[in-house]
Amino acid sequence: MSTATASVAGGRPARVRRSASRHNLTRGSALGLGVAMLWFSVLVLIPLAAVVWNAGEDGLGPFKDALTNQQTFNALKLTVLSSLGVTALNIVVGTIIAWVLVRDRFPGKSLIDLVIDIPFAMPTIVAGLVLLSLYGAESPLGLEWNNTRKAVFLALAFVTVPFVVRTVQPVLEEMETDVEDAAASLGASRATTFRRVTLPTLIPAIFAGATLSFARAISEYGSLVLLSGNLPNRTEVASVRVYSAIEGGNPQTAAAVATILLFIALLAIVVFDLIQRRLARRG
Amino acid sequence: MASTQSTVVGSGNPVLKWVLRVIVVGYLFFLVAWPSSLIVSRAFEGGIEGFKEALSDPDVIHALQLSLTVAVCAVVINLVFGVGMSMLLVRYEFPGKRVLSALIDLPLAVSPIVVGLALVLVYNGRYGWFGPTLESHGLQVVFAQPGMIMATTFVALPLVIREVVPVLEDMGDEQEQAANSLGATGWQTFWRVTLPGIKWAVVYGVVLSLARSLGEFGAVKVVAGNVSGETTTAPVLVQQKYQNFEQQTAYAVSFVLVAAAVLCLVVVALLRPKDQKKGRATATAAIQEKP
Repeated sequence: MSTATASVAGGRPARVRRSASRHNLTRGSALGLGVAMLWFSVLVLIPLAAVVWNAGEDGLGPFKDALTNQQTFNALKLTVLSSLGVTALNIVVGTIIAWVLVRDRFPGKSLIDLVIDIPFAMPTIVAGLVLLSLYGAESPLGLEWNNTRKAVFLALAFVTVPFVVRTVQPVLEEMETDVEDAAASLGASRATTFRRVTLPTLIPAIFAGATLSFARAISEYGSLVLLSGNLPNRTEVASVRVYSAIEGGNPQTAAAVATILLFIALLAIVVFDLIQRRLARRG
Repeated sequence: MASTQSTVVGSGNPVLKWVLRVIVVGYLFFLVAWPSSLIVSRAFEGGIEGFKEALSDPDVIHALQLSLTVAVCAVVINLVFGVGMSMLLVRYEFPGKRVLSALIDLPLAVSPIVVGLALVLVYNGRYGWFGPTLESHGLQVVFAQPGMIMATTFVALPLVIREVVPVLEDMGDEQEQAANSLGATGWQTFWRVTLPGIKWAVVYGVVLSLARSLGEFGAVKVVAGNVSGETTTAPVLVQQKYQNFEQQTAYAVSFVLVAAAVLCLVVVALLRPKDQKKGRATATAAIQEKP
């Protein structure tokens, strides 16, 4: 399972069958495949194609309009910068959490394991609501972060907690400690052992988690609705821009911003993969 | 820093160990645990009575019923599609299989708002690609239940497949072939051999999908539109009630949603270790395996 986790962008490991023809579908399974493909197209492929089509139908105009619109540009900028920040935070804290969960032992550790899953289970609107009750107007901490950019960062950090932890954890669990012991016995300092032996093994998993958490952060909507106040040019994120364009009866603008978001997600996958390869090579 | 079994790096630096513990516990406490626990106290601010009263609001009852209906429909669709698709992806060869396998994960990378937008662009009655045709045949998709079910199905689509595919791969097809050679029909083989083997994976997939489907907000909100009350699901109601300063109701509905989701997680955590020795006993592990 951890090998599957480690190979990020590759396809599902498929059971290779030796078959002379290119397919081995029986009549029944061919029919099943037909029905499944029809449903998948009607539900997912055609609608997503419609987004890109609607945005690009009249050339690059809508994209240019979206990017030159100050409010939309600011929303995209905030979304990308906050997502990058949150991803960086997750790379550090997520790795530490995974480390503590696997290598440390103390009472109550299993509780931490449970807490990490909460952001996944909690409906996004409720996530916004609970953060609002601690960091909002009647904050018991006295922090009134609602309607500020801190709130955006907070919401994104909340919903992305599990990603790096859950990708790094299984790799750490399967990792043999022999190599680390050997490095230490040969006189490597603790820091050197971590940097030269442990970290390189974890890098692919860390970046797999980072990619997931970035993709989740740039597309986040529900948890921000109540918390960020959606103030134009200040706390409004890209998803909210898309939503208001839909509500305002501008499907083409909405489609253009949505396509830009899809493009950023794709770009992030490629860039994160490149960084990971470079780091892995350097060792 | 190394594991406890490790002999050389063994006990580790106690100061560093404590620093790391404090970071982890502090981070999770302030970001997740404390805020999440507040939902309980806020939901029961008016005591059990206040909580009951909030939940007896007809809007709340309607929204919860609608959410449950939509979620159950979406889960059933994803169950049938997911098991079928997993069988096809693991047991058969056909052109384009790798591409299809990658595309299946697409819904996890798309913003819920974009999911809603995509469905609206194709199925709305005025300018959608298929919408006008469907509506002239009496089927309204957008701003009605079918669209909400589709949006929820879209969002939770990969969950069953992600659970079932690895188990099918591990299982191999020897037993199925044996059953076939002994004269079992395809259906008999599926019901008597394959299904018992993937039973628990299917259960996890369903439970995870249910948790995800009950809480879906953005995609459903776009597709449901602002049709008063009729198409308001529980998460959308939370937003409305909160913004109408009916906070007690908002927190009560939130509590019900979170309780349902946490119950789903606990079920998954309890079931998994018995069955899958090497599997991780956490719900999110299933989501993470293949981005």
